[in-house]
Amino acid sequence: MRWIWIDRFVEFEPGKRAVAIKNVTLAEEHLHDVCAARPTMPFSLMIEGMAQTAGILVGQARGFREKVVLAKIRRATFERAVHPGEQLKYEARIDQVDDAAAITNGTVYVNDQPIGQIDLVFSHVDQNMRGLKLPEENFVFTEQFMSLFKSFVAEQGARGG
Amino acid sequence: MGMSRDDIFSRVRENLVDALGVDDDEVAESATLTGDLGAESIDFLDIVFRLEKAFSIKIPRGELFPDDVLNNPDFVSGGKLTPQGLAQLKKAMPHADFTEFQKDPDVNKVPNLFTVRTIVNYIDGKINGAVAK
Repeated sequence: MRWIWIDRFVEFEPGKRAVAIKNVTLAEEHLHDVCAARPTMPFSLMIEGMAQTAGILVGQARGFREKVVLAKIRRATFERAVHPGEQLKYEARIDQVDDAAAITNGTVYVNDQPIGQIDLVFSHVDQNMRGLKLPEENFVFTEQFMSLFKSFVAEQGARGG
Repeated sequence: MGMSRDDIFSRVRENLVDALGVDDDEVAESATLTGDLGAESIDFLDIVFRLEKAFSIKIPRGELFPDDVLNNPDFVSGGKLTPQGLAQLKKAMPHADFTEFQKDPDVNKVPNLFTVRTIVNYIDGKINGAVAK
């Protein structure tokens, strides 16, 4: 089982930019492990949410043929904590991409106010294994993970977008 | 348009400080990326992307930091580069200083070839056509 840390895509410009949202709810157990005084969304899971948003953007740019793996967090800064009842929005932009890897820049918004910056490095891991072999199947873009992208495409189709 | 070697060094240093989280004064020309500055393999990808952007150049993968020689069984024997392997690596890295390395071409010492000076030489060659110093 893989944890998905975004609820859905709301914008997707292939090869350029993607925006996903996540609603933060009191029912999520991990919110209670950060700060005793008040349920709080862990910053690490916001980085993962951005990585999933940006990872699908990067994967789509190569037709989901590459195994796109988060390789490095270039920068992660947050101006404030996020609490239940708030909506996170992850905006990821491809800065550079080539056969081996990709760089993304990202902004985190809460209720449409920017509250953080997350810049990431992704590896197209088959191109960086120096002769080591990974499984052939694409274990990154599983059906479960791809359902996020497919439902966005389906919604756009239904809207005639 | 050309750029002085000092300016190249200064811009390389700036990018290494950002990529590796080190201090300005740690980034001497003689510093090795892995040994002295703590770079891990994934940082090399990051550094190449940063340099491409900082200098508006294209760096073909494997040109600045070649690794195909080490993966070729004909070029490595008993944990050391064969004479052919050493010749091949020198050809692939005209921007690196082999003076120390060639005395004992142990594959574990290959990372010592990747110094700040190696990068500066490479960029200098790329934008000014300079040969390695």
